[in-house]
Amino acid sequence: MEGGSLVSELFIERLNYCIYVILLLIGLWAMLAKRNLVKKLIGMSIFQTAIILFYVSIAVKKDATIPIYLAEHDPHGSHAKVATEENATENQVAYNPVELKPETVKGYANPLPHVLMLTAIVVGVATLGLALALTQRIYQGYGTIEEDELLDKLDRADERASQSPIIKEKRNAQRRKSTQRAKAKAAAGSVTKSNMAAKPSAVTKGKKKAQPKKSPSKTSATKAKPKPKS
Amino acid sequence: MSNPIIIEDIRPLIALIAPWFGLIGIMMAGEKRANLRELITFSAASVQVAVVLSMLPLVLGGSIIEFHIWQIFSYVPMLLRVDGPGLLFALVASILWIATTLYSIGYMRGLHEHAQTRFYSFFALSLSATMGVAFSANLLTIYFFYEMLSVSTFPLVTHMQDKEARTGGRTYLGYLLFTSLCLLLPALSWCYIWLDGGHMTMDFLADTGKIGHFSETTQIVLLFLFTYGFAKAGLMPFHSWLPGAMVAPTPVSALLHAVAVVKVGVFCVYRVYADIYGTEVLSKISGEEWAMILASATILISSLIALSQDNLKRRLAFSTIGQLGYIILGAAIATDRGQGGAVLHIAMHACGKITLFFCAGAIFVATGKKYVSQLRGLGRRMPITMGAFMIGSLSVIGLPPLGGFISKWYLALGALDREAMWVVAVLLISSLLNVFYLLPVAVTAFFRSEDSEEGEEPIKEAPWPCVVPLAFTALGCFVLFFWSDALLKLAGVTP
Amino acid sequence: MENAIAWIFIFPLFGSVFVALSRYVNIKLAYPISVLSMAGALWAGVETLQQAMASPNHEISYLLGGWTLDLYPRGVGIEFRADLLASMIALIVLGVGLLVTVYSKIHVEKETPNKEAIYYSLMLLQITGLAGICLTGDAFNLYVLIEVAALTGYGLIAMGSNRAAAATYNYLILGTIGASLYLLGVGYLYIKTGTLNMVGIREVIEANGLADSATMQVAFVLIGVGILIKMAFFPFHAWLPNAYCNAPTTTSCLLAPLVTKVMIYVMIRMVLSVFGVEFSFESTIWVSCMPWLVVIAIVCAAFLALSQREIKRMLAYLIVAEVGYMVGGVWIYNYYGLIGSIFHIISDACMTLCLFLGAGIILHKCKTTHFDGLRGLFSRMPLTMIGFFIGGFSIIGLPPTCGFFSKWYLITGGMVSGRWEYMVVLMFSTMVMVVLFFRLIERIHLAVDESGKDLGKGHGDLGLTKEQTRFDEAPLVMLVPLLVSAATVLIIGVYNQDVVNQIETFLQAYDLPKGVEYK
Repeated sequence: MEGGSLVSELFIERLNYCIYVILLLIGLWAMLAKRNLVKKLIGMSIFQTAIILFYVSIAVKKDATIPIYLAEHDPHGSHAKVATEENATENQVAYNPVELKPETVKGYANPLPHVLMLTAIVVGVATLGLALALTQRIYQGYGTIEEDELLDKLDRADERASQSPIIKEKRNAQRRKSTQRAKAKAAAGSVTKSNMAAKPSAVTKGKKKAQPKKSPSKTSATKAKPKPKS
Repeated sequence: MSNPIIIEDIRPLIALIAPWFGLIGIMMAGEKRANLRELITFSAASVQVAVVLSMLPLVLGGSIIEFHIWQIFSYVPMLLRVDGPGLLFALVASILWIATTLYSIGYMRGLHEHAQTRFYSFFALSLSATMGVAFSANLLTIYFFYEMLSVSTFPLVTHMQDKEARTGGRTYLGYLLFTSLCLLLPALSWCYIWLDGGHMTMDFLADTGKIGHFSETTQIVLLFLFTYGFAKAGLMPFHSWLPGAMVAPTPVSALLHAVAVVKVGVFCVYRVYADIYGTEVLSKISGEEWAMILASATILISSLIALSQDNLKRRLAFSTIGQLGYIILGAAIATDRGQGGAVLHIAMHACGKITLFFCAGAIFVATGKKYVSQLRGLGRRMPITMGAFMIGSLSVIGLPPLGGFISKWYLALGALDREAMWVVAVLLISSLLNVFYLLPVAVTAFFRSEDSEEGEEPIKEAPWPCVVPLAFTALGCFVLFFWSDALLKLAGVTP
Repeated sequence: MENAIAWIFIFPLFGSVFVALSRYVNIKLAYPISVLSMAGALWAGVETLQQAMASPNHEISYLLGGWTLDLYPRGVGIEFRADLLASMIALIVLGVGLLVTVYSKIHVEKETPNKEAIYYSLMLLQITGLAGICLTGDAFNLYVLIEVAALTGYGLIAMGSNRAAAATYNYLILGTIGASLYLLGVGYLYIKTGTLNMVGIREVIEANGLADSATMQVAFVLIGVGILIKMAFFPFHAWLPNAYCNAPTTTSCLLAPLVTKVMIYVMIRMVLSVFGVEFSFESTIWVSCMPWLVVIAIVCAAFLALSQREIKRMLAYLIVAEVGYMVGGVWIYNYYGLIGSIFHIISDACMTLCLFLGAGIILHKCKTTHFDGLRGLFSRMPLTMIGFFIGGFSIIGLPPTCGFFSKWYLITGGMVSGRWEYMVVLMFSTMVMVVLFFRLIERIHLAVDESGKDLGKGHGDLGLTKEQTRFDEAPLVMLVPLLVSAATVLIIGVYNQDVVNQIETFLQAYDLPKGVEYK
């Protein structure tokens, strides 16, 4: 029946494709939709693993074993001499591999995808390591690895960075003026009023000399503050 | 035209390169050694004039001088060629450069302008580009120098570096670069690629008329792409850059926007009409009358606008647009005499218009006045200037014994050759309009009494470096009339 | 010298090891060793190109490990094929690498102090990866080298500020998706053809008529999309502006001219050499839809560039637009379009290098690349400005810079192939670029601020102090590479016919249409 053959074609003959596609999509979804940076990396790992599984799955043959030489076929093993005479081809160069006969080859899975995937695994590990280092750096720099909080902070940083230098200059000049005014007020304020030591930070900024005689406890309290509050 | 003898000579290249050496000298002299700097400009200009003049006898004798610079594409070289019209244009530009340099000295120093070194440097570059256009042998070379001119005149237009300069510069460059990159470049590549499955070299001498192998529609589309692509020709509606560029100092307006830049535009259009299409192909395209109609419309509309302008420089700008329309009209008439008249008008109009601009600038330096309504009685105080203005006006209007008459005469003859009576009518009406917007300026200056508040003032002309050039060019208008035989021969019309 | 092609890798690879070790000896040695390695690699690249031009079928085939091409279809070893296209682009990669390495001295000391050894080591590995992408002839090896280039790129970018690290994370995610899709596509190719050698794959496709196979179509799409992501084709471009603008200056100077262009080379290689002209252009639907996607890409990138107020961001969006040009040049399926695309790879690398080097100098001297901070630079740094604006005029397409010639061929391709939409979008984007660069000239040259208010007191006064307009040119170690790259832009323009001859020789092997018969 039509339905039956579709099911069998899709899910039985091509099961490996289904699995890898599902894994791929899970990984892709995680990379894009998850809000936590580390979860995205887990998704990336799943994504790359899906591809690795796909490659390995296409190397499979019916009734085949893993692609490591059995003792009787090994050109460098104890049966080597026999193996080379049986399996030698005409144009054999010394360091070329021994060409196995087609019947023998059927018994081994295809080694090439395995080899390729060794490389891909290495690449995946390197990428993951780099990404985790980046995540740690982001955490150190921004204090969060949640994507929405991070984007907020990044947006604000970007806005500040892309400001016109003229506006920045104006703002810096204004800030300098206002701190100067505050300092001047502090100097004037602490000369006239004697009990102002309890007043918060702006007044205590390094104006200890101008403070007149105060109760000893209060003086030591102000002196105990080494740095002015920002 | 009989088969010309082609001579290989390096002189076109020297004329092109002399301003570059001048540029190096100017930049090394700098602001500190201003007199040396001016001297270097003069020497570069003199070398250029000398080289161009030295080629004159050869070209008058019927030869053509060529110089191969570089093989840019495998089919199209960068080639310089000196033929009649090219030499005429180059002669006009280089002689007037000397006059303008003297004038600039008076103008810039009189107004204590800033950044004079930059001014003279880019002036030299612009003249080099003008020479390149005059001596180009194919469309690609002319395009290269056309773009070089746009870019090198930009710092001159925005010399004042203020808000007006920004607006003027934007209009200027916007019109020129947009049209050349969007209209001209596709037209050029089309010509390059599609002729008989091969490549057309777009050479002015060798490829005349080959464009006739394209279909009718293609020919007319290409014609308009070229006409509007060379927006420096000021054909309406792409003319607004010219009044916009009047924010530049007057020497810039004088040489560049009366002689170099605009003439480059119409010269390129002339080359396309006369040397890429040729008179036979051009007259056979249906719809080609539209080029003549557009040119005539430009002439009439710009003359009408000029009537309403009070700012003297703007009035002269619109007058220029109209006069450029004459040249395009002459090229579009597609007869030998019409096209010869167009080339001649390049020279005649250049001389006349530069006189008018020199006078406008001299008036500004001496009195600070910019508007026509302020010029009452100025003829008493600045007789030489206003006298030259009168002569220049008469030349532009086209009255004998001044040069402008000869070119308009040949334009009319060319129109008659084609039995286009309406063109002759357009010429007459526009000359009348020229009278109405040019003569009143000189008349107001001479024959109206001054405003009493000014009081009686003695003769006080602009500084002598300003007055000598304008007298020289005014005299030139006379000389061109009497020397017109040689010029006609250069323009390719047997007198 | 016989193995010149191997030396292209040996110099930077071993150089990076020595540079990394110099950290323990004397960190000041890092810079000279990297410059010397890059110089050696460049020399090897020149040798390779000369050998490729001189050899009978214009290619050099170098098999690693001494394997031969015996077993069908093209051996089992990893082949490095330096044909004309590959060697030209490898040469550009190495040349740009050398110039950036020389340029980088002051920037690296300032922006990544005490990390010079690691930085230069990563830079040399990056160049190895990029040169390898150009020269490899094996599809899986290409994936490995793409990842080598990508990983070192991530490292180079993240060495900047914290903002750079965040941008790198984004780049990493997208880049990994792209490279993995490519890998998946190669897997499908392998299933059907049984070989990984690029030319071998094409031979098998053509011998067995695999053009209609669903597997091959899927492979084509996967590889195509993967490469499009990596080359920042709109709308996959989102990683590029943040990554290149927040990176350290030298990194952006190195990556911006090279990475996206090399990916376009990969696309051309896949389309021509692996899948073949018949498959790519006639059996898939890409030819009908890609030019329209290109139109959208270029228009959007142009508008995004217009809205920027900072040089580096503007240049980043310009890169996206230029990528659109090159992709369009390939997919209009025309001989001239492909010449234009390949020539544009070469010229765009040079002009982007010029612009980024100039932007780096401006950043170093003015501490900002925002438009508001640039007034008076023409009198302060005239040579730098000349170099920068030669790059700018090349992007606009003014002769005789190389940008004019690549636009010439692309426009010709657009007209001749009948794809007018591509030609119109080229013209439109040229206008936008004119506005971009002349707006920049206005901000530097004129005494007018953005809203049109006059600054200065008239007569050329820019409203700046004497101190700010004093002649204060960039240091030579930065200026010379900038001027060399500006000179290269002009030289490639003037000598464009030589370059195009080599490109045409390369394209002779492929049967591309030369144009619609037009009258």
